[in-house]
Amino acid sequence: MRNRDWTRVALGFAAPLLAIVFSVIVTSLILVAAGDPVGTTWRTLATGGLSGALPRNLVNTVNLGTTYYLSAVAVAIGFRMNLFNIGVDGQYRLAVFAAAVVGGAVTLPRPLHVLLIVVVAMVVGGAWAAIAGLLKVGRGVSEVISTIMLNAIAGGLVAYLLRRVASGQQASNNIATPSIPESGRVPGFTLLPSSPLLAYGFLFVAILVGLGYWYLLGRTRFGFDLRATGLSPSAAVASGVNVRRMVLAAMVLSGAVAGLVGLPELLGKTYTYDLSFPAGLGFTGIAIALVGRNSPVGIALAALLFAYLDTASNPLQILADVAPEIVKIMQGVIVLSVVIAYELVRRYGVVHEQRRVAAQLSATRPQTEEVPA
Amino acid sequence: MTTAPEVETAAPAVRLTGITKRFPGVVANRNVNITVRRGTVHALVGENGAGKSTLMKILYGVQRPDEGSIEVDGAPVSLSSPADAIRAGIGMVYQHFMLADNLTVLENVVLGAERMHGIGDGARRRIEELSHAYGLEIDADALVEELGVGDRQRVEILKVLYRGARTLILDEPTAVLVPQEVDELFDNLRELKSEGLTVLFISHKLDEVLAVADDITVVRRGETVATVDPASTTSRRLAELMVGSELPTPERGESTVRTTPVLQVHGVTLRSGDRAVLDDVSFTIHSGEVLGIAGVEGNGQGELVDVIMGLRAPESGAVVLGEEDVSAWPTRRRREAGIGFIPEDRHRQGLLLEAPLWENRVLGHQTRRPAARGPLVDRRGARADTERIVREFDVRTPGIDVTAGSLSGGNQQKLIVGRELSGDPVLLLAAHPTRGVDVGAQAAIWDSIREARRRGLAVLLISADLDELIGLSDTIRVVLRGRLVGTFDPASVTPELLGSAMTGADGDPRTSARTEPGS
Repeated sequence: MRNRDWTRVALGFAAPLLAIVFSVIVTSLILVAAGDPVGTTWRTLATGGLSGALPRNLVNTVNLGTTYYLSAVAVAIGFRMNLFNIGVDGQYRLAVFAAAVVGGAVTLPRPLHVLLIVVVAMVVGGAWAAIAGLLKVGRGVSEVISTIMLNAIAGGLVAYLLRRVASGQQASNNIATPSIPESGRVPGFTLLPSSPLLAYGFLFVAILVGLGYWYLLGRTRFGFDLRATGLSPSAAVASGVNVRRMVLAAMVLSGAVAGLVGLPELLGKTYTYDLSFPAGLGFTGIAIALVGRNSPVGIALAALLFAYLDTASNPLQILADVAPEIVKIMQGVIVLSVVIAYELVRRYGVVHEQRRVAAQLSATRPQTEEVPA
Repeated sequence: MTTAPEVETAAPAVRLTGITKRFPGVVANRNVNITVRRGTVHALVGENGAGKSTLMKILYGVQRPDEGSIEVDGAPVSLSSPADAIRAGIGMVYQHFMLADNLTVLENVVLGAERMHGIGDGARRRIEELSHAYGLEIDADALVEELGVGDRQRVEILKVLYRGARTLILDEPTAVLVPQEVDELFDNLRELKSEGLTVLFISHKLDEVLAVADDITVVRRGETVATVDPASTTSRRLAELMVGSELPTPERGESTVRTTPVLQVHGVTLRSGDRAVLDDVSFTIHSGEVLGIAGVEGNGQGELVDVIMGLRAPESGAVVLGEEDVSAWPTRRRREAGIGFIPEDRHRQGLLLEAPLWENRVLGHQTRRPAARGPLVDRRGARADTERIVREFDVRTPGIDVTAGSLSGGNQQKLIVGRELSGDPVLLLAAHPTRGVDVGAQAAIWDSIREARRRGLAVLLISADLDELIGLSDTIRVVLRGRLVGTFDPASVTPELLGSAMTGADGDPRTSARTEPGS
């Protein structure tokens, strides 16, 4: 048994390693083709740029990673039952906007104020996702199509509503919601003493979400039903799972977690929603969920990797004179390589296990013919 | 295509020499030697999983052998795709028909072979020629969806002949046929043979093989163990060659039927489009009773199971479990009330192939001990009970953490049977419980069902294996086009009698069978 577990662990690591090695090779080729300095690029990426900036970059990585992690977990909840929630992007933008408006409009004691903001964000995210869930359950509309459409609608809706509620900052082109008072903010903490930058306090919420995700899927009946539906809808139905209800539940849950995506930034840095609030985090989440194989730990590692690469794109530009887009290309290559590598490793794993089962059985039954090597 | 009548040539139609094929973890073909004489029906018999189908796939170019050589008409050939095999004059008639229902016979036949005789009158002439020459008697303009199973099979044969095959491989051709249709098929095969064609006939039904084959090759565990002359052998001898020991037979034992009704189905009707797939179906199963449902596949058996499991809602009628009307209950609640379910397609409905065995123990028992406790999955309880199933039902596995997909079919089925008999069910729906499993597992599954029946379990047994039905059931009902058309006592019924009731060839199911003329 031990032995087998190690094989599985080794296989689990083989795929991402294979993917990263492969993407390093491909990215190097792209750099060569673009006439960029390959060596300097990798050295900059490996060391984090100027030695003085490293602590700051690391804290930035953790902060960005927190956001990415939440986004990827939201996507992964859907992935585990073969639901493609492409709509995390629209869900978090609408949710963070609503949270900013509500948070900026009330004054409450600190824990309650933060709690209210979090609940508003999750409810709005979940409700927005529920539209796609209801359309799928009731009318058979593919969630891929409906969530993409809902992203566009959410974008327009937020832009329209922002104009309506924006507090007057007419001096600039930017418009923003009223700022959330002190009691609604989540204070940062010192992650590295050498960095003046504080880490988001929301990091702990992200860790809790990760633990909750692991517990829900691995330990509860609900999680079992969800995974069973993902592995085989027909077997799940025959076992008594109400698949329609599961689709709706998974969609709402995914949307609720998506509602959290904007909060580290909102409650730890901007305290207001404005036109420059980060967009597109939901799509990054899809890539990270893929790279992290939907596992709570895998997603965390993938989120940190992506965040590190994003953070490193600045020094890369300064030190190696490489366009920051090279990082986007690299991330894209990683995702593609990961998909391919996982499939290769998965197939190998299946064959490996069948062979092992047969080998072990024939060892206990000498009359059986030997298993071909 | 030329049809040389009865020419005794020195070169055999097909000769396989030293064929070896390895797959990871499954029984491979090892050093297989077969010589098929031209103008004969050569049967290949063996248990499920003995390697017959793999061997035929090698001959049809679907898979390449690791070692060994293939000769066709004395010349060595290398077959790396079905196209190569067709060029070498080898055609395959699959067990599951590959026909487009909404096209005519002509269109189905020319599909993919448009270059041979076009798609118009040339093709029609050729089809009529072939149909006539080999006694297939098929109307080229009939829609395939209007044809019966036997006719569809003849269309498949026609397709292969049209492409110029002189050696036909028939993979378990009788599995989907009732006895009367089998007789018709055999007449067709004799016709083909007399026109100089060669037929390779795969089966595990020994009586049929003895009736039609000129030579019989027995495959066991991937090896050819003997080639025998049907005139000088018996089905008993063949069976022993096949399994290397004696075949088990299902035996009912004495009746355990009690008076308490467990399942009552009242007037269930279900429509698909405007066709009734279940038409006013009513029956009762008592505690300790096995009710067998006989019928040609697709006559409503699957729908009946779906209705009882709550997977499909009937238009009218009621399902009563014990004393409660469960018609409006969802599947989960019915399972909790004690319905066990061995599905027809274990990969589709019975297992999570990529999940470990112990998680498969939880499947269908998500709300019950020992698999669950409150809202949580009870991992320890589920694991312990999986160990018990592995032990009691002899599931051959190195452990309960391997994925269900890595077990052999028989062991997967034993796991399912063990799971569905867990938690003291009152009713077991068993759809083809021993389909595709080896003889050892079959006997074990029969024993488990009989044992549970002795304890008072009510069983609805749906099977295409008439011997299994006759051997296990206390009562047999025949289903035809969604209606229960006859009731038989398994102690006195014969497969032929059941067969005629299954096709409706018989007005009154209790009179003896009338065989329809073959052609």
